[in-house]
Amino acid sequence: MLKLLERILSVARTTQVWKSIFRHGFPSTDSNRALVMFSNVILHLHPVRVRRGALKIKFTWCLGGLTFLFFILLAISGVFLMFYYVPDTRRAYSNMKDLGTVIYFGNLFRAVHRWSAHAMVFSVWMHMTRVFMTGSYKPPREFNWVVGVILLAITLVLSWTGYLLPWDQLALWAVTVGAKMAEASPLLGSAGPFGPELGMTSSNDVAFVLLGGTVVGQSALLRFYVLHCLALPLVTALFIAVHFWRIRKDGFSGPL
Amino acid sequence: MAEEESNTVANQSKLPDKPGRFAALLKKTSKGSMAPEDTVLVWPHLVYIELICILFGVAVILFLSLVSPAPLEELASADTTPNPTKAPWYFLGLQELLVYFDPWLAGVVLPTMIIIGLVLIPYIDPNPKGKGYYTFSERKFSITGFSFGLALWYILIVVGVWFRGLDWSWYWPWDDPHMHQPAGAVKLVDLEVILTSVLGLSESPLVTLGRYAVTIANLLTWAIFLGYYAVGFSIPFLFLRKFYKKLGFVRYNLVMFLFLSMMGVPLKIFLRLLADVKYVLVTPWFKI
Repeated sequence: MLKLLERILSVARTTQVWKSIFRHGFPSTDSNRALVMFSNVILHLHPVRVRRGALKIKFTWCLGGLTFLFFILLAISGVFLMFYYVPDTRRAYSNMKDLGTVIYFGNLFRAVHRWSAHAMVFSVWMHMTRVFMTGSYKPPREFNWVVGVILLAITLVLSWTGYLLPWDQLALWAVTVGAKMAEASPLLGSAGPFGPELGMTSSNDVAFVLLGGTVVGQSALLRFYVLHCLALPLVTALFIAVHFWRIRKDGFSGPL
Repeated sequence: MAEEESNTVANQSKLPDKPGRFAALLKKTSKGSMAPEDTVLVWPHLVYIELICILFGVAVILFLSLVSPAPLEELASADTTPNPTKAPWYFLGLQELLVYFDPWLAGVVLPTMIIIGLVLIPYIDPNPKGKGYYTFSERKFSITGFSFGLALWYILIVVGVWFRGLDWSWYWPWDDPHMHQPAGAVKLVDLEVILTSVLGLSESPLVTLGRYAVTIANLLTWAIFLGYYAVGFSIPFLFLRKFYKKLGFVRYNLVMFLFLSMMGVPLKIFLRLLADVKYVLVTPWFKI
C-alpha cells in the first residue's frame, strides 16, 4: 500500500501540473531545501540558512511566531463567525445565541476566537518582554521595535472592538467604560481638561467620533464591527508584513 | 542578508533547479564574521520547530476552548448597570488606576505615555552591550526600569481582576462577593487643604485668574509637584555624571521625564493609601 502510494507520488511529480505548482523537487537535498525557501510565498519569509544559536527555544520562546499563529486562528475562526453574525442591535444577541445552540461547531469557533484573542494579547506582551530582555531592539533594529509597539497597540484595540460585538451586558458596559475614558481626553474630550474650552461637547468630541453617537448604540456596534472585521485586521496584516520583512532585512540578533 | 536577497531574484528566473548553482549560496553565511558551520538550513531545522509550535499552540487553544467556552451574559441593556462594571482584563490595570487618578490621566494620558515611552526605548538606550542575549549585569538600569513598569502593570491588572468587587471595593477571595463592603470612614482630602490646615495658611486667594483662585497653599502644591520633577532631574545630573554623560542632554531629559512619571504613579498611590490625599494638585481645569 505504502509502495503504491510512493509510486503514485513519484509519477505525479513528473506531471506538468505538479511541476507548474512546485518548481523544484522534494526538499530532501540541500539545493531543493534552499529552493523551497525561494519559491514558496509563505516560506520565503525565512532566510535559507539560519544560525544554529537562533534555533534555541530558550532564546525566542517562539513568542512572535505564536502571536502570528493566534492571529491566523483569529482570522479563520473570525470568518466562520462572520457568516452567522449581523451587526444589528436587534439581531446580534440572538445570533450569538444561535451560535451557542443551533449552529454546528458554533460554540467551538466562538471559544477558539475568544481564547486566541486572549492568547494573542498575552503573547504579544510576552514577545515584547522577551525582545526587551535580549536587547534585540538595539541598532539596527530600532524601527522594528517601533513597528512592534504599533502592533501591540492595534492588538489591544482589535481585541477591545471585538468585545462589543456579542451585544450582551459584558460587552455593552466594558465598552462604555472605555468610551467614558475617551470622553475625558485632554483637549479632545468634552469632559477632559481644556476640552470644553476648545468647544468640545458630547456631540462633537472624540468619544462621539468613536461611538457615532453619545451612547453605545447601533452606530457604535456598526463602527466596532467594521473596525474589528475589516479595517484593523488589514492594518495589522500590513504592519505584520513590515515587521517580518524587517526581521529579514535587519538580521536576527540571536546568540552568536 | 542583502546578498542572499539579490541571489533570490536572480535565481528565480532561472528555474528549474540545478544543484551547482546554489552550492556557493549554501555555503555563504549572512554575516561575514561567522564561520559556515555555525549555520544550518532553515528547511528542515527551523520549519520543523515552527510546525511543532503550531501544533502545540493549536492544541492548547482547542483544549481551552473545549474546557471553557465563551461566556454570554444577558442581552445588553442601558437600563441595568452591572456592579462592578469591568473593562476587559488587559485594560483592568488602567481601570484600577481610576481609583487613584482622574479618567483623563488614567485612561488617556498615562496609556499614551506608556506607548510613547515604549516607542522611544531603542532611541534613549545608547548602551551597545547586551544585544542578542540575556544579561542583567550589563544593562542594570534599563532592565530594572522596564521590569518595574511591567510589575506595576501586572499587579494593577491582578488587583483589578481578582480583588475588586461591588462598588469597586477591595474583596479578598474569601469575602462574600454579593455583600457590599461597609462604606469606609476615610475622608479623602486634597493636599492643599492639608497644607492649609497644618501650616495655618490663609484661605483667601492671592490672585484670581478667571475661574482660578490661587491661594498660598495652591502655590505650594505647584511647588511640590514641579519640585518632584526638578529634584528628580537634578540628582543624577549632579551626582551621577557618568549616567548623564552617557545619555547626553536630549536622551537624559526624555529618560528622566518618563522614569519620574512612572515612579509618580506608585507615589500617588501611596499618598492616597497612607495619607488619604485625593489630589496633589488642583486647578479648575485639571486635577492630579
